[in-house]
Amino acid sequence: MTQSTASHRHLPNRLDNPFKSIVLSWESLLVLVAIGIFILNSMASPYFLNAWSLSDMTFNFTEKALIALAMALLIISGEIDLSVAAIIALASTLMGLALQYGADTPVLIAIGVGTGIACGAFNGFLVTGLKLPSIVVTIGTMSLFRGISFIILGDQSFKGYPASFSWFGQGYVWWVISFELVLFIGFAVVYWALLQRTNFGRRVYAIGSNETAALFSGVRVARTKFILFCLTGAMSGIAAVLLTARLGSTRPSIAEGWELEAITMVVLGGVSILGGAGSIIGVVLAAFIMGLVTFGLGLLNVPGIVMSIFIGALLIVVIALPILWSMWRQRA
Amino acid sequence: MKLLKLLAATTAVAALLASPAFAQTRIALVVKSLGNGFFDAANKGAQEAAAELGDVEVIYTGPTAATAEAQIEVVNALIAQQVDAIAISANDPDALVPALQRAMERGIKVISWDSGVAPEGRQLHLNPSDTALIGETIIKLAADYLPEGGDVAILSAASTATNQNAWIEAAKAVLPEKFPNINLVATVYGDDDSVKSTDEAKGLIASYPDLKAIIAPTTVGVVAAAQVVTDQNLIGKINVTGLALPSEFKQFIDNGASQAVALWNPIDLGYSAVMLANALVEGEEAAPGATLSIGRVGEVTLDDTNSAAMAAPFQFDASNIEEFSQIY
Repeated sequence: MTQSTASHRHLPNRLDNPFKSIVLSWESLLVLVAIGIFILNSMASPYFLNAWSLSDMTFNFTEKALIALAMALLIISGEIDLSVAAIIALASTLMGLALQYGADTPVLIAIGVGTGIACGAFNGFLVTGLKLPSIVVTIGTMSLFRGISFIILGDQSFKGYPASFSWFGQGYVWWVISFELVLFIGFAVVYWALLQRTNFGRRVYAIGSNETAALFSGVRVARTKFILFCLTGAMSGIAAVLLTARLGSTRPSIAEGWELEAITMVVLGGVSILGGAGSIIGVVLAAFIMGLVTFGLGLLNVPGIVMSIFIGALLIVVIALPILWSMWRQRA
Repeated sequence: MKLLKLLAATTAVAALLASPAFAQTRIALVVKSLGNGFFDAANKGAQEAAAELGDVEVIYTGPTAATAEAQIEVVNALIAQQVDAIAISANDPDALVPALQRAMERGIKVISWDSGVAPEGRQLHLNPSDTALIGETIIKLAADYLPEGGDVAILSAASTATNQNAWIEAAKAVLPEKFPNINLVATVYGDDDSVKSTDEAKGLIASYPDLKAIIAPTTVGVVAAAQVVTDQNLIGKINVTGLALPSEFKQFIDNGASQAVALWNPIDLGYSAVMLANALVEGEEAAPGATLSIGRVGEVTLDDTNSAAMAAPFQFDASNIEEFSQIY
């Protein structure tokens, strides 16, 4: 007990100045960018600063951002899932199919989330069980899952979802606060805690930094990765429930191209595409930034193609900025 | 801060370009995707309507990718801008319904045109044309250049194609009464495949030596038939006609393989959509049986589902093919 006071030498528990590291962190940069875009938006359009406008804005990104939360963990661990949008299509199609047999809201949700988990488990099995590269596996399952939707639906659509189901994609918890937004914030907290405050989260970082070292340190790499694929699948299933409820219908082309938007959020959020680094706060900020940019430009009726260029430029600038900064500092 | 400067500069430019004008009727023309000549032409008509109406601003917008989700984002932005009316060519008849219903709840007039939305998601729908008008037009295209009458044949798409079959039925229905000297000798199916359409066209020419015209109510078939007529030096003997894209078909009007073809006129469609949207903003009721004016194009009458047909397909011949081939 007395030994703890024996040493009087000051040993800092981190070498860099904590204040400086917070100021110079990726998240602070994103906060600045978000505030900047918010201010510019409110100056550029008289319609921006309106509770309902801001509420409508959140619908543009909440579903994709839910997937991005789980995708962030997967990418930190060094894997990727390109089949998330196809999982939405399959989950939505199977919900629509169940609806034709008279399934009610709880059953529909169970089928949606269940399909997501099953698809994620399938990806996880191919990657961890058969040791196939995740990018190849999920390019394959991307076509497979959506292909099944096309076989079931063809050029038809499922519609007629009950009002109690539509609430999940269109309903409000309180005033302008939508259920989707509440769910996203709730899950953001859960994923933050999972990544930053649990052993599981430490293992995810360890695998991403050095998989072999993690394996030799006793981390069950395969099992952890399998769980991450299941989580990504589950979040895609949840996104499928929300999107289907919001659209009130299912077509096999639903959510086309969303895998890239979810991955863009993750990368913009500061997660290293090579694995091992990144934070949930960054991803959440990136989701809001993408929502602010697309909605702000939408209010000015800027054509979609200009918007895509803008998002691309934003991504490159935000990623290049810290690198340019450190190059400049080294030279000075 | 480079980024902020960039953002400031671009947003300022965008703000100047958009220059929100108040105390004016703002009508949004929402298309399936931008960068499509057909919709750019519709916008041309829409701007013409706005100029004619005076106190109307047309906002021409749409997503880059032709998906329902991207179009909903556009609709959300328009709801936030409190536009007076939305005229949409929808990427999905069902998925847009909740978003458009929300627009209507907030007092925005909603109509669909070209590609429709389910009745619960809009106040009225404007079709470019309707089955009876198309059926009559495809026969008239051939008959106009056959004052003496004669044998004609139809080269269709697939035998199961719903649209084409309905048009051909409508064409057959008007034949005996309006075109008594036109003799429809055969209907063959090219499956909207260039090779099969070419073979079927050759078959028609071989089987019916007195054939005076081939009518192809499909953009693939009409090009294949015109190519066969050109290759076999039958220009002037067999007239190819039907529904064709001016840009694809211009060469066959130029070389004489065809006298005239027809298709929907996107300029008139955009013009009429804005006229109808403006009529609703000014308090006209969209109800079954109602008759609404669409300016220089005429007027439309709403059916049981509040849908209306604009006009017969627009005819392209040597006088105007050059102009329209630039558009679509």
